[in-house]
Amino acid sequence: MTLLSVRDLRVGFGREGHETEVVHGVDFDVTAGETLAIVGESGSGKSVTAMAINRLIDFGGGRILGGRATFDRKIDLATASEGQMQRLRGREIGMIFQEPMTSLNPVLKVGTQIGEVFRKQHGLSGRAVRDASIRALDRVRIPDAARRLDQAPHQMSGGMLQRVMIAIALAGEPRLLIADEPTTALDVTIQAQIMGLLAELKRDTGTGLIFITHDIGLVAGLADRIMVMRGGEAVENGAADQVLDRPAHDYTRHLLGAVPHFRAGQAARTDGARTGQVPALDVRGLSVRFPVGGGFLRKTRGVVHAVDGVSFDLVPGETLGIVGESGSGKSTTARAILDLVRPSAGRIETGGTAAVQMVFQNPNASLNPRMTVRGLLAEPVIAAGQNVDADVLERMRTLLGRVDLPDDLDRFPHEFSGGQRQRLCIARALMLNPKVLVLDEAVSALDVSVQAKVLDLLVDLQREFGLAYLFVSHDMAVVERIAHRIAVLYAGRIVEVGAARDVLSSPRHPYTQKLISAIPSIDRRRIDYTLDTEEVPSLLRPVGFVPPDQTWQEVGPDHRVAKEPLS
Amino acid sequence: MSYVLRRLLMFPVVMLGVSVFVFVAIRLVPGDAITAMLGTESGLLTPAQRESLTAYFGLDQNWAVQYWRWLTGLLQGDLGLSVTYGQPVSRIIIDRFPLTLELALLSMVIALMIGLPAGVFAATRVERPSDLIVRVFAMIGQSTPNFVLALLAIYILSVVFGILPTMGRFVPLTEDPLGNLAQMILPAIALGTAFAAAVTRISRAAMLDILGEDYVRTARSKGFSQRYVIWRHALPNALIPVITLSGVEFGYLLGGAVIVEQIFALPGLGRVVLDAILQRDYALVQGVVLFIAFNFLLVNLLVDLAYAALDPRIRYGAS
Repeated sequence: MTLLSVRDLRVGFGREGHETEVVHGVDFDVTAGETLAIVGESGSGKSVTAMAINRLIDFGGGRILGGRATFDRKIDLATASEGQMQRLRGREIGMIFQEPMTSLNPVLKVGTQIGEVFRKQHGLSGRAVRDASIRALDRVRIPDAARRLDQAPHQMSGGMLQRVMIAIALAGEPRLLIADEPTTALDVTIQAQIMGLLAELKRDTGTGLIFITHDIGLVAGLADRIMVMRGGEAVENGAADQVLDRPAHDYTRHLLGAVPHFRAGQAARTDGARTGQVPALDVRGLSVRFPVGGGFLRKTRGVVHAVDGVSFDLVPGETLGIVGESGSGKSTTARAILDLVRPSAGRIETGGTAAVQMVFQNPNASLNPRMTVRGLLAEPVIAAGQNVDADVLERMRTLLGRVDLPDDLDRFPHEFSGGQRQRLCIARALMLNPKVLVLDEAVSALDVSVQAKVLDLLVDLQREFGLAYLFVSHDMAVVERIAHRIAVLYAGRIVEVGAARDVLSSPRHPYTQKLISAIPSIDRRRIDYTLDTEEVPSLLRPVGFVPPDQTWQEVGPDHRVAKEPLS
Repeated sequence: MSYVLRRLLMFPVVMLGVSVFVFVAIRLVPGDAITAMLGTESGLLTPAQRESLTAYFGLDQNWAVQYWRWLTGLLQGDLGLSVTYGQPVSRIIIDRFPLTLELALLSMVIALMIGLPAGVFAATRVERPSDLIVRVFAMIGQSTPNFVLALLAIYILSVVFGILPTMGRFVPLTEDPLGNLAQMILPAIALGTAFAAAVTRISRAAMLDILGEDYVRTARSKGFSQRYVIWRHALPNALIPVITLSGVEFGYLLGGAVIVEQIFALPGLGRVVLDAILQRDYALVQGVVLFIAFNFLLVNLLVDLAYAALDPRIRYGAS
């Protein structure tokens, strides 16, 4: 039965009568029990389309300009009144958002935020509300549900909050569920939990699901139909297998081809052998600990062991990928190497302060909007106490050409696209001729097709300048394309390290195996996401805690695994 | 718990600092208390008389001894003797403070009752004519000096319409509640208008920010009405800046409102402070300023507790 039928839907933003149209007439249907994936990059109009269906777009300055969206063969959502929409929202059409951390009200208890749905949609009150809320949390596998109801959102992890969001969306028992990038802000193992939950929902209830994502690989296992959007238009819309295996449109082929997909080590780099070179970076026994204060005299209550005894080296021309999830200590490691946090133990050897430079995740936030390209590129030079002379200007021009940016030193960051800005950041990092670049999630904020270009650029630059990269990322598909070697970080320690191909194709540590099995891919379309709700262990230790020594097992020529069990 | 305890422990430390500051500051003002008290008649005093008066008020000792005496007195509840009034400072405060407190409370009630709904209303109709009207009124309210408002209010309500009494002997609340309220409402409006305007502007700004938050969108996705979303989900988040502002304003009002008290002939704390400073009445200035500082800290403590009650992230301490 067709649940939702959208025809020629057009959506715009701006003052009435002067709207800028951003969705130019899309058509699609959602049947009960079916999952439609809407795939596209930022600006494709996929989220706007979703928000137009439950008309939340009205509150974001947008408006439906034309077309129909017939729900349940009765109501046209495009022309329904706000009062009608309020009866449908939550009850018939539920929604899950991208950022679980900000999508729940910080000042209300989790139980209040679930309970109000049962009150409104099912007329429950008193004890019945609490019981229903506990059942709702049980359903999304939140342990200790009764206690969690009395907690505030900030006391829960991101993955748990997204499960709470799902519980809230399901509380009204909607027939249509819209999920707008529900896993983008989450770690890959948590993403697998959420996907598992949605798959279960699809199996057990007849709910129709619209799943919005930028990652075509992610929906391969879940979607029945896939609609690909670009520039506010649907370029392709068809059965999932057909779109994935026999894409009709060039853009779909581009998304499937140019975008990094995880290939279990087959796409790992084979250039650059580790010969007897002197390391450009040598880290031995690095530990970073943060004391946690408590009580009113600020006595140290415990110590967070963010990084614990991490050792690795990096030779010129080589990339070491550091992978791990939130809280694994990967960014802290990177920051310690740049002397941005003080290590509590260990040794870091580099060839001088200018020898290591960093590229950050978000190019928008790491370029001062009031400075021109000239000023931005001059900063590291000034910071190193050198003069900005003709040679420096010459180097600016050379580097701009090298990262494929126009030779114009008077532009401001806002005149560039996201990918161009990140290339500008790379040029800035190269100004002092460093030996090592630390790239902390350097392509994570970029659109998928831009990622591939920046990765190619990084590989070219590495060959040309003999740079060593420390590439920190949560995205295994990206790491696979740039890393020669990979170190897997878990709870502040390296648990597995070795040649990228070996680690990715035959992971030996249970955590690495779990991490890799959680990666969505087009090739592994039929896998069932198992519902595992394990949380990352706490790194908070008592004062004076001495971590046990790690013992290592050699499992290949360049492949070592920590032997301690995954606790 | 530790959040509240930490703030409570800060209390005596800050009070001690204020006491030293007040003690020194008033003594740095040129002129002496005896001369100021007696005015031109002080010229008639013989050196012996002047000396005995100075000794009587304890002003013959050095600063350290004077401070120590004052401090030990304070701890026993003795704020000293006012040179000008010839009464214990504590007596004067007890007489005057209830009126100041009542005036401050009334002003705040007026400010919140007008300002909060007006701000929320404007935020939900942003850039529309009704928003503009609220903003213009808020601007006028905030930029009109309260004595102008006071005179205007007297003229319109008492002189033109004759609804409220103009002057006359002050009636305490305990004697005749209605008569007292009739007397207090005009000064409360005079003080509360600028306060209300400030509350309007800050609650509008806070509300506008909150309405763009993801969790407001979530609340809408649950099917709740605009009204419910605003009062249940948005307002509790928008209240923190409003409480901050109200706390500061209320604290100021507890120090007395000199001009408004003068215009309406009200025997509040403001006039006492002014007189005390003009008269170099060390004990009175010290006592009243310390009392005002104490009130200010108390209000701040209440504000902090209100934050904790409103926002669980403050209560448990966000990581």
